[in-house]
Amino acid sequence: MTAQDLTIDLASTTLRQLNQALHRLAPDTNQRYWRVLNPRGGHALAAGLDAPVKVEIDGHVGYYCAGMNKLATVIVNGNAGVGVAENMMSGLVHVRGDASQAAGATAHGGMLVIDGNASARCGISMKGIDIVVKGSIGHMSAFMGQAGTLTVLGDAGEALGDSLYEARLFVRGSVASLGADCVEKEMRDEHRAELGARLEAAGLAGTVDVAEFRRYGSARQLYNFHIDNVY
Amino acid sequence: MTQDRIPRPSPHTVPRKSATFDDYTLSEIRRAAATGIYDIRGGGAKRKVPHFDDLLFLGASVSRYPLEGYRERCGTDVVLGSRFASKPIDLKIPITIAGMSFGSLSAQAKEALGRGASAMGTSTTTGDGGMTAEERGHSTKLVYQYLPSRYGMNPDDLRKADAIEIVIGQGAKPGGGGMLLGQKISPRVAAMRTLPEGIDQRSACRHPDWTGPDDLEIKILELREITDWEKPIYVKVGAARPYYDIALAVKAGADVVVLDGMQGGTAATQEVFIENVGIPTLAAIRPAVKALQDLGMHRKVQLIISGGIRNGADVAKCLALGADAVAIGTAALVALGDNDPAYADDYAELGTVPGAYDDWHEGNDPAGITTQRPELAARLDPERAGRRLANYLSVMALEAQTIARACGKSHVHNLEPEDLVALSIEAAAMAGVPLAGTDWIPGRGPF
Ligand SMILES: Cc1cc2nc3c(=O)[nH]c(=O)nc-3n(C[C@H](O)[C@H](O)[C@H](O)COP(=O)(O)O)c2cc1C
Repeated sequence: MTAQDLTIDLASTTLRQLNQALHRLAPDTNQRYWRVLNPRGGHALAAGLDAPVKVEIDGHVGYYCAGMNKLATVIVNGNAGVGVAENMMSGLVHVRGDASQAAGATAHGGMLVIDGNASARCGISMKGIDIVVKGSIGHMSAFMGQAGTLTVLGDAGEALGDSLYEARLFVRGSVASLGADCVEKEMRDEHRAELGARLEAAGLAGTVDVAEFRRYGSARQLYNFHIDNVY
Repeated sequence: MTQDRIPRPSPHTVPRKSATFDDYTLSEIRRAAATGIYDIRGGGAKRKVPHFDDLLFLGASVSRYPLEGYRERCGTDVVLGSRFASKPIDLKIPITIAGMSFGSLSAQAKEALGRGASAMGTSTTTGDGGMTAEERGHSTKLVYQYLPSRYGMNPDDLRKADAIEIVIGQGAKPGGGGMLLGQKISPRVAAMRTLPEGIDQRSACRHPDWTGPDDLEIKILELREITDWEKPIYVKVGAARPYYDIALAVKAGADVVVLDGMQGGTAATQEVFIENVGIPTLAAIRPAVKALQDLGMHRKVQLIISGGIRNGADVAKCLALGADAVAIGTAALVALGDNDPAYADDYAELGTVPGAYDDWHEGNDPAGITTQRPELAARLDPERAGRRLANYLSVMALEAQTIARACGKSHVHNLEPEDLVALSIEAAAMAGVPLAGTDWIPGRGPF
């Protein structure tokens, strides 16, 4: 691989070589665009990036793609396995296909956009990330969500927002059921503005009507232990 | 003539309290009846269980050759994480400081732990709440915990760490998550954990993005990739089914396994959980060592034992049973000044006595250790407390060396089960060493 050749073929390069090369990039690197071929469902691809580069992966990825991402833009032209963009701090991760469980889990910042559906526990323990799912999400999504937003254009599965802290949830379609301490909340102007901004950041400005969404958040009844709250 | 009978009270028995319904049990029933909530406290199991006191070293005599105390070398160093990590941790003594969170402990206490451990060439560990600048700054070797809550978890701190410890469980509460009640969620603690101030915080008991040993293997791969395969990766489990848990941790790719017995301390947990879930430290070591031996990984994947370790004899016994190092929590806090009789009046105000204070979750610690109240935390001088910890660690290491030399060993790691006997049948069975004066190991052969 040379400075000019930024296409990495994982049929002939190891995961370690790929990640090592990406980790060595300085913040002011000129090597700003990387293309990864033949990911073949490999795990931990482009994990731990810390530079404002763009990595485009052509194919399906396994667990923890773009895990702990900082600054980088990672695009998956395929489906993503468990924990895509887990614990992301900043940057953008865009999955063009579907995502498995725990997408965006525990992430502190940045944006995760999923064009397809996301499976169970999308945004579990989220701590500040903005997640936009164009399809639907599975059960127990945003479980213990602490901060950030989860926007779903499709439907949400059972127990949405169970034991929620301060994460804010916007769902356009149906919600199979709300989890413990998650309630529907009034959609006021500031929430419409916030939602509009997230949709715009996800490249959906003008294509989706914010008025079609409902807002869910914490009832804050579990914040202090009380015997009547035991389920 | 018959004499008048002098009336006498009929004989009474002395008042007799029930062994089953003892004073503590009765007070707990009354407390539960009055409040409707279970008891929460800090510390480890207080009930008596078979422990290291039930083991003795045989020492050298005609058939064994001792080493001269003070003069002949007896090594104490240990390398942790040599299996896969390119930068394993080299410790001067096999006694590490266990993970205790900032939040459960004051910043001053975390700093003191770092100072004391660093002075003795050993490591300290973060906890459920992220890494503070104080502890990183004062710890030459810092292990960064990766817990189900992922509070404060970030890649910058991950790269700053000297090792990563994936916490699956704790001996005080195998199967339970962290707990920090509102009194201790100060603005700084809240910000580090991304939580509202003053709420009762209950951390998750399961990791959010992996389930089971096959996933754990991939999680370990991810952490190694993020840190370029430099850092040792520990896996910490509470003592429950040690043979299987250790085998699975090794299979998942751990460099080091940490095994914490039921006496191990906690910052805050339900009393019923602390006292009734998990097995004693003594009972956990041999199955763990057997798992490592069966996999051909003993001494390749290092084993750290914790839970109720108090002195150099306990350290030596752990090592003799097959551990590579130990970790201490409670004892380190006591060395800093926890439960010190100097604060007897303050403890009395809290309705307790030095040695019994365990309401660490309430954040009113007179010694300034398990608190976030600035005026209390300021009572702990990190430098002085750090020196006390260093002294204590030094004594423990010297004690372990004293025993090792008496057994004729030039390194504390050369201690072996053959050096030990047990004082009780239970301890003999658990530790897999003979009952003193016999060659009987219960469960391993005929009497
Ligand atoms: C105040 C306090 C806080 C603790 N916090 C954590 C923690 O955040 N993570 C963890 O894995 N264990 C935690 N522990 C458990 C210790 O890491 C360790 O397993 C235990 O203290 C060892 O037993 P010992 O206290 O008998 O030495 C904590 C223990 C104490 C006393």
